[in-house]
Amino acid sequence: MTELDVGKLRADFPILSRTVRDGKPLVYLDSGATSQRPRQVLDAERAFLEQHNAAVHRGAHQLAEEATDAYESARARIARFVGVEPGEVVFVKNATEGVNLVAYAISNASIGYGAGDPASRFAVGPGDEIVVTEMEHHANLVPWQELCRRTGATLRWFSVGADGRLDLESDEARNLINERTKLVAFVHQSNVLGTVNPVEELVRRAREVGALVLLDSCQSVPHGPVNLAALGVDFAVFSGHKMLGPSGVGVLYGREDLLAAMPPFLTGGSMIELVRMEGSSYAPPPQRFEAGVPMTSQAVGLAAAVDYLTAIGMDVVAEHERELTSAALAGLAELPGVRIIGPTGLDDRGGAVSFVVDDVHAHDVGQVLDDEGVAVRVGHHCAWPLHRRFGVAATVRASFAVYNTVDEVRVLIDSVRTAQKFFGVA
Amino acid sequence: MQLNQMYQEIILDHYRNPHGAGLREPFDAESFQVNPTCGDEVTLRVSLKSNGTAATDTGDSLVVADVSYDALGCSISQAAASVLTDLVVGRSVAESMRILDAFQEMVQSRGTVEPDEDVLGDGVAFAGVAKYPARVKCALLGWMAFKDAVVRGTEGSGTAPGVNGAKQ
Repeated sequence: MTELDVGKLRADFPILSRTVRDGKPLVYLDSGATSQRPRQVLDAERAFLEQHNAAVHRGAHQLAEEATDAYESARARIARFVGVEPGEVVFVKNATEGVNLVAYAISNASIGYGAGDPASRFAVGPGDEIVVTEMEHHANLVPWQELCRRTGATLRWFSVGADGRLDLESDEARNLINERTKLVAFVHQSNVLGTVNPVEELVRRAREVGALVLLDSCQSVPHGPVNLAALGVDFAVFSGHKMLGPSGVGVLYGREDLLAAMPPFLTGGSMIELVRMEGSSYAPPPQRFEAGVPMTSQAVGLAAAVDYLTAIGMDVVAEHERELTSAALAGLAELPGVRIIGPTGLDDRGGAVSFVVDDVHAHDVGQVLDDEGVAVRVGHHCAWPLHRRFGVAATVRASFAVYNTVDEVRVLIDSVRTAQKFFGVA
Repeated sequence: MQLNQMYQEIILDHYRNPHGAGLREPFDAESFQVNPTCGDEVTLRVSLKSNGTAATDTGDSLVVADVSYDALGCSISQAAASVLTDLVVGRSVAESMRILDAFQEMVQSRGTVEPDEDVLGDGVAFAGVAKYPARVKCALLGWMAFKDAVVRGTEGSGTAPGVNGAKQ
């Protein structure tokens, strides 16, 4: 494995050299919310827009051809990055849209498609169950609540133990995925706890009962090698802006045979096969799920991000972030009055480290950190039920990316100590 | 350090020793408000009584007899609720709404409004919060609950707590 030269790599990210709050060097530890982008990504977007911009999949002119090639080449590179076929990659605005696309396709399949239609395999209704977990981001929870409300299906969930791991072994958990289960949707790596869930075991249980699996891989794909085909999931989502890429582009992966049978969500231009006043038929996937003129420079930028990460090597990225996580866990553990919410060891754990400081609200901790130049997220991080389960209103979360350094982790630890002193609790 | 501009000693004092905290009886209306971005919440009750005048406008004839609250939140939101009780208890409903408007204008001004200490008392300490847009909702959480409770109390539909996001 090659050693990562973080100093050299940081030079690719102009924003990392700026200062904040009266000259403090920026310590950006909020990549779980959105990551920063290297020049290579910015340049790729700019080059596309300066040389090749046109609406893709339409027009007979040279620019339209070049733009379409760039868009489809981006799809192919991103597909390869996560071990799937280009035809299985649907571009969406972000992971949230990806989850909603599947939820609405299921709901569309549940009404107005006859039993003989291929879409009927997705239909859900009263008596059927959707299974999620208590650690889901709202993006992988609320769409399923809404699907259940619309269709009469029932939402059930795995609970989370005090150690930040899913309870898979209690009697209740053992029976959670059963013959009524139609879909199991869960997060690969928790955006709050850092917990990496046992995909293989959950996929196995889903397969036993013929349920589909959707994986929220927003916090795993940017941080280590992920092969979605090898994981055996049916659907997966991730967002470009969390993996050094642009905002406004994300990916829904769907297994080829499933996408082929799935009814559309958004309809209109680009996604049709034949349109008559009386009704229409639809293009094969992935176009069926990409209505309207899609985001293009963003897709090109995301492919550049994937190339950038691939050049570093995802195993190198994972190893580096493991070192950062280790330093953070150790440093926070040494501070009296600081409690980590989530696994305290490195096994099956990624680089989102959330914690509470006794007698200082997370918002107040975050404010002191900000004053020291340290950017973290405070609040419930769009995982409100999970915070309720741990009996806290809000946590402070530091989240790492490949460009962070162990020195930055030290600044974080020192700044937490400063916050404790400022509020008189240390 | 810019931090001291926001966390003025007055704010930290109110945070450590909040005035009027706790939920009390009797009350005319209650409001429950949450800040959806951070999960902070406040349950706030108001008790209103007639001031004995013949004023036809209820805003002038009703006085804020008590404000009691249970708040879960950061130092800014807790201190703001504490200052609120100091500023509005004993005032007419109409006056309390004028104070509320002045407080809201100040914290939403991004630092462009010079606060009037005669109107806002300890509330002027929150002028520094105006420079941190992310914290404005914290300062307003209790105040929005007060506004909502007063509306409920004066419209006579008072006891059902609302579940509304805090409005800026």
